[in-house]
Amino acid sequence: MSQIAFPTPEPGILARRDAILAGLAALLPRGSLITQSEECRAFETDALTAYRRAPLAVALPTSTREVAAVLRYCRDAGVYVVPRGAGTSLSGGAIPQEDAIVIGLSKMSRILEINLPDRYARVEAGVTNLAISEAVMAEGFFYAPDPSSQLACTIGGNIGMNSGGAHCLKYGVTTNNVLGLTMATIDGEIIELGGAHLDSGGLDWLGLMVGSEGQLGIVTEAVVRLLRSAEGARPVLFGFDSAEAAGQCVAAIIGAGLIPVAMEYMDRLAIEICEGFAHAGYPLDVEAMLIIEVEGCEAEMEAQLAKIQAIAKSHGVKIVRESMSAMESALIWKGRKSAFGATGRIADYICMDGTVPTSRLPEALRRTGEIVASYGLRVANVFHAGDGNMHPLVLYNVNDEAEQAKAEAAGNDLLKLCVDLGGCLTGEHGVGIEKRDLMRHQFNAEDLAQQMRVRAVFDPDWRLNPAKVFPLDGRVPA
Amino acid sequence: MRRSGVEALTPGSETEAAELVLEARAKGRKLDIVGGGSRAGLGRPPEGDARLSTAGLRGIVFYEPAEMVICAQAGTPLAEVEAVLAQRGQMLPFEPMDHRRLYGTSGEPTIGGLVAGNISGPRRISAGAARDAMIGLRLVNGRGEIVKSGGRVMKNVTGLDLVKLNCGAQGTLGLVTQATFRLLPKPECEASLVIRRLEDRRAIEALSIALGSPFSVSGAAHISAGMGREFPRTFLRVEGFRSSVDYRISALLALLAPFGAKHALEGEESERLWRDIGDAAFLATPSEAAVWRVSLAPSKGADFIEKVGAHAKAHFYDWGGGLVWLSSEASAEAAAAVRAALSPFGGHATLIRAPNELRASIDVFEPLSAPLMRLSKGVKASFDPAGVFNFARMYPGV
Repeated sequence: MSQIAFPTPEPGILARRDAILAGLAALLPRGSLITQSEECRAFETDALTAYRRAPLAVALPTSTREVAAVLRYCRDAGVYVVPRGAGTSLSGGAIPQEDAIVIGLSKMSRILEINLPDRYARVEAGVTNLAISEAVMAEGFFYAPDPSSQLACTIGGNIGMNSGGAHCLKYGVTTNNVLGLTMATIDGEIIELGGAHLDSGGLDWLGLMVGSEGQLGIVTEAVVRLLRSAEGARPVLFGFDSAEAAGQCVAAIIGAGLIPVAMEYMDRLAIEICEGFAHAGYPLDVEAMLIIEVEGCEAEMEAQLAKIQAIAKSHGVKIVRESMSAMESALIWKGRKSAFGATGRIADYICMDGTVPTSRLPEALRRTGEIVASYGLRVANVFHAGDGNMHPLVLYNVNDEAEQAKAEAAGNDLLKLCVDLGGCLTGEHGVGIEKRDLMRHQFNAEDLAQQMRVRAVFDPDWRLNPAKVFPLDGRVPA
Repeated sequence: MRRSGVEALTPGSETEAAELVLEARAKGRKLDIVGGGSRAGLGRPPEGDARLSTAGLRGIVFYEPAEMVICAQAGTPLAEVEAVLAQRGQMLPFEPMDHRRLYGTSGEPTIGGLVAGNISGPRRISAGAARDAMIGLRLVNGRGEIVKSGGRVMKNVTGLDLVKLNCGAQGTLGLVTQATFRLLPKPECEASLVIRRLEDRRAIEALSIALGSPFSVSGAAHISAGMGREFPRTFLRVEGFRSSVDYRISALLALLAPFGAKHALEGEESERLWRDIGDAAFLATPSEAAVWRVSLAPSKGADFIEKVGAHAKAHFYDWGGGLVWLSSEASAEAAAAVRAALSPFGGHATLIRAPNELRASIDVFEPLSAPLMRLSKGVKASFDPAGVFNFARMYPGV
């Protein structure tokens, strides 16, 4: 029993299905339009699998011009549009609806240009996050944002959700690493923003586009910053007897002016789950563990680690284990990055994404445990502690309707907690459908209306990804 | 244009500011937002009926050293913020430019001013711009409503990012009343490697090699002969723990030995150098020359300067070649030459300093394509339907 509402499909659109599909077919190459219901099924949900809607059809354009043509057609035909990258959204950002065309970017996955002297890559939006780093790894470069789903997720989706990852404490999130993009508007116009240079010569359109969840247009190409990898990197495991102590240690490290490249938190349940999957050598007899990674030259790593270890000691750290080899480091990260997948093997879960100020982490962790327990459910905490971006995984059984309702209610309480502690609903997964109805907890009517008026400048008829981000009632037209 | 006869409104609170805006809207009056006045020469000249001063919106709202965030009201002097941060060994990451040296102005730069202009400096290449550090704001829009966006946490994708949209909007969308920034620890020390007598292309090549090295360069500039010395100089800055800085300077010296890298500056001397570069101090005189700030792909910097030709009176490069500062004659003809020279390379040019008459009659900011102009007008209207704020500051009639 779904709790999150979808708009009622418009009968007028459904009735014109055949004509709409014929119109689309004329704009696309053979094999780029999926209309059979069995084939459309692969596109009916994303990583928020509790919700599914079959789209009217799926368009898989092969160029920016085709994307623009399909958008213009949809506008003229009065059809809704849902953009899609790899469909890894945890907030339901790519879930379609019955009266919408899915525009999937999977056929636009080329790396168009790599320029190392100017340190950028120009790519199509359907290229995967990891493919960019892999293309320049041999020369010692990388693309910084590294969401856990980086093997599958696309740069277009990353731009939509302003994706982060484990290493954004030092390198920032997507919005800090995108230099330019090409987008198509619902009017079928093609717009270039930014380029191979820094900052904007007018309004910061890039800043507005990144994180706009496919509400303003469809990004078809991007210019992203490439960075040179550090000389070395060393993850260290710190085990603690209590969540509180680990949380306080994180706040103390940040407060001491140290910026390790990553600072990840796992509680006992998360450690058990990930260790069972990755055999990374995580300590099993602690309540909480931090993976803290430092990088740079040897002198840099030593200076940072000495200070971090002293702080950890003063917070009663029980176990300290430094990675001694590249293989060990890889295993440590494999365990962390497989957390969601490994959890999925033992139970269904919903993954929350609220952020809290780092000084409130200990309190946030304690209240998280209390809230989830009050619903009679279990929670595994595995998240980016350095920036306060929490990811409680609330475990439940998807076949038990009552339990799903409880899990969603617990999740909502957790997100409200983040806002009440001075944080926000979503750090890197996006609002999607999942947090849409909680937006009024963070924003008042004026805040939301201002956002919606900006949105309406791009898409006055609300054709683009319409069921997402903003509560379904009270929407502001152009 | 400090038109002395123009009335100044000085709200003492956000609510009062909102009331003044509503009143201005009802009467069809246009307001020019002013802070400390140190950057009053940015953008097209003011065309408003009255000034709206942020002088009464002053003070730090909160500072959490343990979270490395600070929030200050728009009228707070930047110096006050920096002093408070320095006490706890922290800083704004983006090294904001001080325009007073270029403009010969004397006011106090404010937080509101650096938000309006997305004011950044040499460290922008490694630590991001003001727009990257800014994570939250409150503003009064042209409907007299108080709107917030972002917050106080670094990771936040809740709703549209109106924070970045307003950072660099030159105050055309609303009166930003307070802004929240994430911070960085002040580095323990800094040092700068110096290479002498490289011509532009070769210098940018050296900067590019250094920026593509793993030695975390936080400043990369090349200045011409006559800017402090009789020969051109190329600089690379590293910052951090003493041991790490020493190691990286020696690594860079080895890496750039083929370019003749032999010397390094330390401490005060290095700090003063980067202030001069960040403030474009080398172009302060002659004061009647026009000054341009051009952002483009670093490897195109020298090609661009070559194309500008004799219209470039003096120039230097920051951001590894990706930021070109140049002075030209203050004329429409020279301006057209600068824009024409840039067009094959992409990027954007802003006329930072020129007499009011010139800034009123030619494009100050990079001209927009038709769709972007339509969107700019639309977004302006979505915040400020009656055009109360900083009318025509970026584009004529908008």
